[in-house]
Amino acid sequence: MTAPYHSIVIGGGHNGLTCAAYLARAGKRVLVLEAADRVGGAAVTRSFAPGFKVSACAHLLHQMPQDIITDLGLIRHGLVFAAEAMPTISLAADGPHLRLPARVNGGLSGEDVTAYSTFMARMRRFAAHLRPMLSRTPPRLGTGTAADNGALLRLAWEIRSLGRTGMRDLLRIIGMNMYDLVEECFASPALRAAVAFDAVLGTNFGPRSPGTVLTFLYRLAAESGACGAAMAQPRGGMGTVSDALAAAAQAAGAEIRVAARVARVAVRDDRAVGVLLADGETIAGRHVISNADPRTTFLNLLGAEHLDTGFVRRIDHFRQRGLTAKVHLALSAAPPFRDLALAGLRSRMIIAPSLSYVETAFNATKYGDYSASPAMEIVVPTASDATMAPAAQHVLSAVVQYAPYSHTDGWSAVKQNFLDRIIETIETYAPGLRGLIIAAELLTPADIETEFGISGGHWHHGELAFDQFFMVRPVPGATQYESPLEGFFLCGAGSHPGGGVMGLGGRNAARQVLKKAA
Amino acid sequence: MSDAANRPPHFKQPLLTTPFHSRTRACSTVDQFVAWAGYTTVDVYTTVEQEYFAIRNACSVYDLTPMVKYRITGKDAENYLNRLVTRDVRRVKPGRVAYSVWCNDDGHLIDDGTIFRLETGEFLLCTAARQLDWLLDSAIGFDVAVEEVTESIAALSLQGPTSCAVLKALGLRGVERLRPFDIGRFVLGGADMTVSRTGFTGDLGYELWMTPADAVSVWDRLMIAGASSGIRPIGSQALDMARIEAGFIMPNIDFVPAEASVRIGRGRSPFELGLEWLVDLKKGHFNGRRALVAEQKRGAARRLVGLDIDGNKPALKALLYADKSCRREIGAISSALWSPTCKRNIALGLVDAPYFETGRQVWAEIYLCRELEWERRVARGVVVEKPFYAPARRKVTPAWDR
Ligand SMILES: Cc1cc2nc3c(=O)[nH]c(=O)nc-3n(C[C@H](O)[C@H](O)[C@H](O)COP(=O)(O)OP(=O)(O)OC[C@H]3O[C@@H](n4cnc5c(N)ncnc54)[C@H](O)[C@@H]3O)c2cc1C
Repeated sequence: MTAPYHSIVIGGGHNGLTCAAYLARAGKRVLVLEAADRVGGAAVTRSFAPGFKVSACAHLLHQMPQDIITDLGLIRHGLVFAAEAMPTISLAADGPHLRLPARVNGGLSGEDVTAYSTFMARMRRFAAHLRPMLSRTPPRLGTGTAADNGALLRLAWEIRSLGRTGMRDLLRIIGMNMYDLVEECFASPALRAAVAFDAVLGTNFGPRSPGTVLTFLYRLAAESGACGAAMAQPRGGMGTVSDALAAAAQAAGAEIRVAARVARVAVRDDRAVGVLLADGETIAGRHVISNADPRTTFLNLLGAEHLDTGFVRRIDHFRQRGLTAKVHLALSAAPPFRDLALAGLRSRMIIAPSLSYVETAFNATKYGDYSASPAMEIVVPTASDATMAPAAQHVLSAVVQYAPYSHTDGWSAVKQNFLDRIIETIETYAPGLRGLIIAAELLTPADIETEFGISGGHWHHGELAFDQFFMVRPVPGATQYESPLEGFFLCGAGSHPGGGVMGLGGRNAARQVLKKAA
Repeated sequence: MSDAANRPPHFKQPLLTTPFHSRTRACSTVDQFVAWAGYTTVDVYTTVEQEYFAIRNACSVYDLTPMVKYRITGKDAENYLNRLVTRDVRRVKPGRVAYSVWCNDDGHLIDDGTIFRLETGEFLLCTAARQLDWLLDSAIGFDVAVEEVTESIAALSLQGPTSCAVLKALGLRGVERLRPFDIGRFVLGGADMTVSRTGFTGDLGYELWMTPADAVSVWDRLMIAGASSGIRPIGSQALDMARIEAGFIMPNIDFVPAEASVRIGRGRSPFELGLEWLVDLKKGHFNGRRALVAEQKRGAARRLVGLDIDGNKPALKALLYADKSCRREIGAISSALWSPTCKRNIALGLVDAPYFETGRQVWAEIYLCRELEWERRVARGVVVEKPFYAPARRKVTPAWDR
């Protein structure tokens, strides 16, 4: 056997790659092992019909901090944007669409336009105070160490520095639901829904679920300071981001192996000492860092026999089932969205006409059914990037809510019906769409689990909610990117600050590993 | 079992009766019953003293049926138990029993109990309290089945110097050859019976395991076979005296089960309870191991020890002090007894470092209620080794059979 690596990263998702890149830049010998044939995890580009490519899971880049792009030289390593600062268009079945950021348009009253900018300014102020949390290791309570005490003080100061009224306002709304908050603020049903939609995207929440103001602020916090003016589309799809991260990591000296599935973490004398691959190969490493979701990490890769029952129970109870599906359509021509020419398609379109539409869509899933009229986030990548489809042909990519992880009748029985409902729903806004479809693909959360190896298929590898958040994410005992086992770390979306193609989990974890190794 | 189906709804019958109930009821002369793990059981049949002396001088019979029993089977049964408990279960051979404890993540005791290895892949775990939730959560990631079988196994504990003689008179040939913690299988009047040389009294004794249908006939045969050996049914009070003499601890008396305590700091580790001999830190990972390794490094802050107290007044629930003037509190007593056999005033108590070392002197503040008037006594105590009572015959094989 060769000398052990300083660190072995299990999983070449964007967080694993980021973690490896930072470790390699710190001069450490790093190996990334990715089970799939390509790196990227849920940030990938792949074909789904002959000649058609799509960002198969995440499709918009809106949270990756500019400093990671700069640090790792991602532009130099091939990251190019096909579209930046993409507006959001809330589609209307008839009448004008709502365009955000709002101008006096889309039937919005002057009051609502003002109210919207006041609201966003208020939320952005809160988000700015939350923002620094994202790129730090959350403190642990009760340790009494200087680092944890300092971090707690900083956190308290961050909130206190909002001032008396600001702090009171934040503490009033943070536990609220978006439904109530947006009702307080605007009159337009479409505007209310468009704002609330961002709070529930990728979650197991409807607009009326408690804690959705938190998810909204959190998303906003992650978007502030992001590259590409928040909403961007990399040329060549999300895979370009991952490829650039991989190139950056390799340039810094990291080794990356694809089609290398890790079967088990190797443990000796109660510490992680490497990994065992599915093909039987063993590789030694002094630190093992998992990019996989917490359930996969602890129950499959490490194994309950190395963990205590109470901890395993917490992992087992970690809510990690997704409620978000993905649809890809290969089209023979540009999708005929009403009143939107090709330039208009260079946007992020949403189907969320009213709060009750989204809430009703959510209701179905409580009973194990999909939404009959789902809410959606739609992009047409080919409107800004010709590399994704044959000439003059187009791709439509939609994030669809809501779809339960397991359907009461079994997905195989109802998947086609759900796809039909989705297409019908889009057709309401794009009459004639059906005739253009060359191929269609639907990924339910169960399919996402299978394809991307994310147990439960959740956007964030596990719900981002108060009880699975920040200091206790993913669960007590696995916070601060560490685990109960010496030498074994986490760097994926299941850790703070959660999912979204952001890279902060990977970077924070690298910092923590270096601190521990020192 | 069809029994369960015919039973009235639980709110009409809050306590179950054991398969021996018709007999234990008939033997009870003072009508003193007590609820134990959902069953009504005898606390005292006649007088505590009479029953206690049957344990120490002859042969006692105790209805053990309410003892909670879990059957654990499956490919990973051994690994599962080895991760659950503090001892190395791999070293328990089929046909053997091991006493052990198990801890939560903090290394605090959840319970103690006995593990019967019936076959290579079949175990019976006997505990004082129900904990199926903990056992099932512990099964995540293991190929095992955990099933509660309390109701389908009737059990009697036969303890005392003549217990082996009684079993031989009953017709269990070769029972004297069972070593301590051995399991033997016998046939009695056509019915299968499992016998283990185990018990809770610190003396020679056996536990008999049978199907509920055979319970009454086994009881009746035992009473006949034991008539000339002084056999006597005993209740929980007499057994409690014997277990203190034997130095055994009881949940909710000497420690609070970790998963049942609500206050921070109430959990107790095996080290604190004087059970380090049950903890195998070298066997690989088990629940609480990392916390126990850390605790071992820190050193114990307190410890449950045996105490020999001056005078003859049991130091029930007494606070312990370093000084006679009772200014510096250093612990408290959880079990106490005037031991009729040892003729000593004994107790189990949790004592702070460094006072828990053998030979140290402590002071117990004892309150006595004498015809409704309270008297306070401060008695000197000395930390002593446990058990207080340990006759050599408990370990001798072949066992005493006269
Ligand atoms: C439907 C959907 C749409 C989304 N849309 C967006 C979006 O538009 N914008 C956005 O920012 N975010 C979006 N997200 C969220 C985002 O995709 C994820 O949060 C993010 O990609 C997670 O990255 P990660 O590196 O932490 O984990 P992953 O990308 O899941 O990477 C984990 C990697 O580990 C590998 N792995 C697992 N087990 C093993 C093993 N045993 N051996 C070797 N390798 C292993 C996997 O193959 C995978 O590559 C979306 C998520 C979903 C589900």
